[in-house]
Amino acid sequence: MAEVLVYVDHVDGAVRKPTLELLTLARRIGEPVAVALGNGAADTAAALAEHGATRVLTADAPEFADYLVVPKVDALQAAYAAVSPVAVLVPSSAEGKEIAARLAVRIKSGIITDAVDLEAGDEGPVATQSAFAASFTTKSRITQGTPVITVKPNSAAVEAAPAAGAVEALEVSFSAAATGTKVVSRTPRESTGRPELTEAAIVVSGGRGVNGAENFSIIEKLADSLGAAVGASRAAVDAGWYPHSNQVGQTGKSVSPQLYIANGISGAIQHRAGMQTSKTIVAVNKDAEAPIFDLVDYGVVGDLFEVVPQLTQEIETRKG
Amino acid sequence: MSLRIVVCVKYVPDATGDRHFADDLTVDRDDVDGLLSELDEYAVEQALQIADEADDAEITVLTVGPEDAKDALRKALSMGADKAVHVEDDDLHGTDVMGTSLVLAKAIEKTGYDLVICGMASTDGTMGVLPAILAERLNVPQVTLLSEVSVEGGAEGTVKGRRDGDTASEQLEAALPAVVSVTDQSGEARYPSFKGIMAAKKKPVEALELDDLDIDADEVGLEGAWTAVDSAAERPARTAGTIVKDEGEGGKQLAAFLAEQKFI
Ligand SMILES: Cc1cc2nc3c(=O)[nH]c(=O)nc-3n(C[C@H](O)[C@H](O)[C@H](O)COP(=O)(O)OP(=O)(O)OC[C@H]3O[C@@H](n4cnc5c(N)ncnc54)[C@H](O)[C@@H]3O)c2cc1C
Ligand SMILES: Cc1cc2nc3c(=O)[nH]c(=O)nc-3n(C[C@H](O)[C@H](O)[C@H](O)COP(=O)(O)OP(=O)(O)OC[C@H]3O[C@@H](n4cnc5c(N)ncnc54)[C@H](O)[C@@H]3O)c2cc1C
Repeated sequence: MAEVLVYVDHVDGAVRKPTLELLTLARRIGEPVAVALGNGAADTAAALAEHGATRVLTADAPEFADYLVVPKVDALQAAYAAVSPVAVLVPSSAEGKEIAARLAVRIKSGIITDAVDLEAGDEGPVATQSAFAASFTTKSRITQGTPVITVKPNSAAVEAAPAAGAVEALEVSFSAAATGTKVVSRTPRESTGRPELTEAAIVVSGGRGVNGAENFSIIEKLADSLGAAVGASRAAVDAGWYPHSNQVGQTGKSVSPQLYIANGISGAIQHRAGMQTSKTIVAVNKDAEAPIFDLVDYGVVGDLFEVVPQLTQEIETRKG
Repeated sequence: MSLRIVVCVKYVPDATGDRHFADDLTVDRDDVDGLLSELDEYAVEQALQIADEADDAEITVLTVGPEDAKDALRKALSMGADKAVHVEDDDLHGTDVMGTSLVLAKAIEKTGYDLVICGMASTDGTMGVLPAILAERLNVPQVTLLSEVSVEGGAEGTVKGRRDGDTASEQLEAALPAVVSVTDQSGEARYPSFKGIMAAKKKPVEALELDDLDIDADEVGLEGAWTAVDSAAERPARTAGTIVKDEGEGGKQLAAFLAEQKFI
């Protein structure tokens, strides 16, 4: 059966959820062969096998951490040459998209980014994309070369589908370009203990209406009562109330959770671009005319400083 | 030697307008006002700051786009860029990212460069991959998604910057020539001054066609694209939800809704 190359996003061997979702989509097209690079690469095999990877190609070298993007492109290209897959799937992280795009140039293939769904088709895989702040849905194909497609988080369910997951060492020789951009230092982001924003089932966000960094504790308490991730509008981020890594929207993260709760957020087009595909949307806003209410399944017109603490309290009570 | 900076800027339909697709499934540019992609203003701003710091620098703004894309170039010139290059050709209609990057790379090489600066993503296609592709095509270092950038040592020097990624913040460094992209965290873009707007009218805009870049018509455009859009459908409007006014019980009512939906 035809093989599909799946690029693995992992942190020191812990496979991130979007990669497992990618395996679900890959199985619609062929047999998934995973490529894991860098520190802990071989430790990814068990989780990948559990979700359908027939083979896991691994490589580790200092170059992957010491230089930006290109060493990983070299390795993915080596895997491509070794496997001759019918498609290459990569998670739509900032880095994943760049790796995929450079590979596409090298292997003379078209590229589709930020797919939200993928099906097999008569003329190759058909990708669904959201366009114009998710107000349109398009279906596209790649017409030249081996399809290279990046897929957004939360685009498919994670499914158990045990397969062999045989670990094989991948031979990589680095190109002259590999050492072009040096990573001089790296400061890991501190973990908050909350779910990853793009992967979370529930996201609770705060905007300008939260009115101060100290008030974000109200948003965090609600998030924690639901086991949710915390998001913020650009207005809140620009004001310095919450880190940019939590920004939802066009220039922040794009999220597609089961439930999105917007507090004190007006619903500007650039914010909607990052959350409009959420399954259920809820908003608390004191302005009944705020555009966010056009999107909601349930909205409360009111002061978030009254409504949100009461909601958190009620959730705690119901949980008992 | 003077530091030659090329800034890639895209002309896009206004995101706050009613954007949609034309019959051939390309972006409809007739019914929505176009403008310089807001995220490319940050690229122009960083170019101006880098040029200010350098002993001697020249900034060229480059766009691939239809006739009206001149507006985007004018805006960048009025912010302070020195000259502009406009690649315009009827055969470019419907070009995908592979074709666009081919044209940009050839135009950048023709112009001459030490540093290419792009925005983090366009506000219409939003792919965010073009800078990486340019680095691959030009075979120079990629120093992308920077929220801070500086150049030391002029045209033969190095570019440094900070990339705030998903799991870590990285300090990057590469020798010039290089391709850079900057995020909207890199610093507010300046407004054109009246003087800047007047001066921009006299700045040179070079027009290039595919022939000038030795690119064949069948390498670009809808026909030459390596991707095909089969359909585009407007997302059905979300069904109107329940909206309640808080009369003291709003939080509890919301909790009841969440419980009913099995979120609690
Ligand atoms: C190129 C570009 C990219 C952008 N990218 C992003 C992005 O990624 N993400 C993003 O979010 N924005 C982005 N923006 C900015 C966007 O246009 C809006 O400015 C921003 O989303 C507004 O944030 P907000 O809703 O928090 O603030 P506002 O629009 O000021 O809305 C605040 C809301 O809070 C309500 N409110 C105030 N007080 C209370 C209270 N006590 N209780 C309840 N409600 C209250 C108000 O009624 C109002 O509706 C971008 C803009 C541009 C030009
Ligand atoms: C909704 C939508 C989805 C699309 N999806 C795909 C797809 O999946 N695959 C595909 O091959 N094409 C796709 N396209 C076409 C693609 O957007 C264009 O070919 C575009 O020129 C390059 O992609 P981008 O604008 O997304 O670039 P990005 O990678 O987002 O742009 C980054 C930077 O590159 C520079 N830049 C981009 N375009 C130009 C330009 N024309 N002139 C000067 N500088 C520029 C700017 O500095 C910009 O900030 C899509 C277009 C739309 C409207």
